[in-house]
Amino acid sequence: MASVQYREIDGRSGGFYALLGGLGVLIAAGLGAAWSMEHHGHAVTGMSNRIVWGMPHVFALFLIVAASGALNVASIASVFGRDLYKPLARLSGLLAITLLAGGLAVLVLDLGRPDRLIVAMTYYNFKSIFAWNVFLYTGFFAVAALYLWTLFERRMNGYSKRAGLLAFLWRLVLTTGTGSIFGLLVAREPWNSALLAPLFIVMSFSFGLAVFVLVLMAACRWSGRALGDVVLNRLGKLLGVFVAVVLYFVAVQHLTNLYIARQHEVERFFLWDGGIYPALFWFGQILIGGILPLVLLFKLPSRRAIAAAAAGVILGGFAQLYVIIIGGQAYPQLMFPDKHVASSFFDGVVAAYSPSLPEVALGAGGVALALALTAVALKVLPFLPRSLADGDVDPAAA
Amino acid sequence: MKQRIAGMLVLVLLAAGFADAGDKRPARVALPAIKIEKGEKCVAPVDEMRRDHMKMLLHQRDRTMRQGLREPLFSLKNCVECHAGRETGSVLGKDGFCSSCHSYASVKMDCFECHTPLRQKKVAGKP
Amino acid sequence: MNPERRQVLGWGAAAAAGAVLAPGLSLIELARARSPEEAASALQRWGLLIDISKCGECNDCVTACHEENGVTGHGRPETDAQWIRKVNLRDKRTGHAQTLPMMCQHCEDPPCVDVCPTGASFKREDGIVLVDKHTCIGCRYCVMACPYGARSFIHEAVSGQKADVPRGKGTVESCTLCVHRVDRGETPACVEACNRDGGKAMVFGDLNDSSAEIHRRLRSEPSSQVRADLALNTGVRYQGL
Repeated sequence: MASVQYREIDGRSGGFYALLGGLGVLIAAGLGAAWSMEHHGHAVTGMSNRIVWGMPHVFALFLIVAASGALNVASIASVFGRDLYKPLARLSGLLAITLLAGGLAVLVLDLGRPDRLIVAMTYYNFKSIFAWNVFLYTGFFAVAALYLWTLFERRMNGYSKRAGLLAFLWRLVLTTGTGSIFGLLVAREPWNSALLAPLFIVMSFSFGLAVFVLVLMAACRWSGRALGDVVLNRLGKLLGVFVAVVLYFVAVQHLTNLYIARQHEVERFFLWDGGIYPALFWFGQILIGGILPLVLLFKLPSRRAIAAAAAGVILGGFAQLYVIIIGGQAYPQLMFPDKHVASSFFDGVVAAYSPSLPEVALGAGGVALALALTAVALKVLPFLPRSLADGDVDPAAA
Repeated sequence: MKQRIAGMLVLVLLAAGFADAGDKRPARVALPAIKIEKGEKCVAPVDEMRRDHMKMLLHQRDRTMRQGLREPLFSLKNCVECHAGRETGSVLGKDGFCSSCHSYASVKMDCFECHTPLRQKKVAGKP
Repeated sequence: MNPERRQVLGWGAAAAAGAVLAPGLSLIELARARSPEEAASALQRWGLLIDISKCGECNDCVTACHEENGVTGHGRPETDAQWIRKVNLRDKRTGHAQTLPMMCQHCEDPPCVDVCPTGASFKREDGIVLVDKHTCIGCRYCVMACPYGARSFIHEAVSGQKADVPRGKGTVESCTLCVHRVDRGETPACVEACNRDGGKAMVFGDLNDSSAEIHRRLRSEPSSQVRADLALNTGVRYQGL
């Protein structure tokens, strides 16, 4: 197989600057929202003492989960030796870094005291999975950067398999840590399960690949690169498998809960009478994020179908994280079994939440930051192959 | 070494001060108002207080917070008792003991986001 | 150790401390149960016993707590802090109604302390669970972890704080068991108010002290912990639940 030729994107067109300008506006809006939240306090948001993590966390966790998943394409190439994916490895590593940067920016700017980031970096409680995540996230930057270096630097190419393996293992631990943020909470019936960690890992496979596919399609189209059906269809099939695996894990989680009497109320809430949450679950997560992409990918394969499926996975992913994060808090904590509970602090009732503009602006700013960083990186370094046309990639190698 | 740097800093600041004094315009940054309303002397010599008051506060903060050691000497409450202004009863404000010096030195304080800047006991002889 | 004896020791310690300090300084506040120079110790485990058969419709514990700790709201119940609240229970089958005060349960193994990334959420040697607001970054993970909904996040700027109870925007807080009063040898404000104006339902004391009323009653009468299934070994115990 001929060695792959990489090129920077031109990045001088009006379209490119319009894209950066648009993303810049979103980033500025996000920063403005963060300033407002810090200046006036979180009272300006829809968050409360019952829903302490809101829309920013939905965005942040989506980005963080997708970041680790975006690295998968590279792992398949370097760790599992599939040569078809090799030309995509650089972009995969890049997205892993930029998506994580966007997600962490949102998470940090939402803190009650973002000015104390230095405290978070200097005081650690190692029993907290959050503290571990500080290391896992920052370490992931380093590992992904190291891996990219072995891909870029010809003399280091020989180490790319080892670096890829390290990055792959690191991301598995990282997503385990992310899922465990929820899985380790003993007193939250909707979450408290070891299943959350593997569920988040398969979610990351799915969301990360969906983002990767869309970014790849956009980048190739806007920079006038050929993107052959061989590569795209392979990615589409892989996405279909990941979507199915997510559905499987979700089914296992709910079926287990349905079996356990203590969890019956939880299931009633999330699957049936919990208002917005069952609606988002069935229509967002299952229909748009699960069944629709499967139909598109396996029954009507076309470029447009693959793009639509990826978009569906992303929308469904947001719905899923909204249900997990916000629904999980809205569901009243079980303090007194067999009692109706009422208090001035909203005990025993489903906590109300409506996302506010600053929260959405902050979250969207994080997405824009990730995309802007990606666009700039594509311009300054040769992340993308000159061509991914069918003749230029080696299908037999896959 | 530290002292030498501090000495040089003082020289630079003095030079800057003279340069500023030579200027006919009123000083842009008001000099700190150091009025001590109460108590005969501070818990440590003045130069030590100027240099190390934050170290003392931090040390006492962790002892009080973590161990429940409420020794009054270096407590923030004790600082405020003596240093709050006679009229305002506060260490903040334009001529506040803490705020005027901190704005002169351009060092942000984080204490009074949470702690009260107000004296708790009445000053003897307050009108 | 009985209260009188503690008092005497406290006086002694205060006098000793006064002698050590420079004579010109009249800084020593009088009589403390534990001298200011004595650290909180694991020999003690502070706790509450709440007999809910005596807990009536009044709200005196809540009012007293928020008065003592300077917890004021902005008329926005979703985001205002509540350190203690009255919870009304009604049995789903029989309709049997009860009411009780709910606050930080001062667990021996507090989930809030486990999850805090910076260690700002911590348990003092004597069992009191606190938030060190100097190192709290406002992530709110502890609010999610608490089984009792005991924690509040400060959503707006605070003014008019009490000297002993610093509070500020962007950090998390909860019942401190009136640690500043406990360190002076007093009982928490809620307990004082309940015994003065309310149903005399609350007892404060050292769970380790076999001569204390709380210890005696826990020894001889039935009591329970909320969410005992989590095995957190709470410092706040209930009777009549």
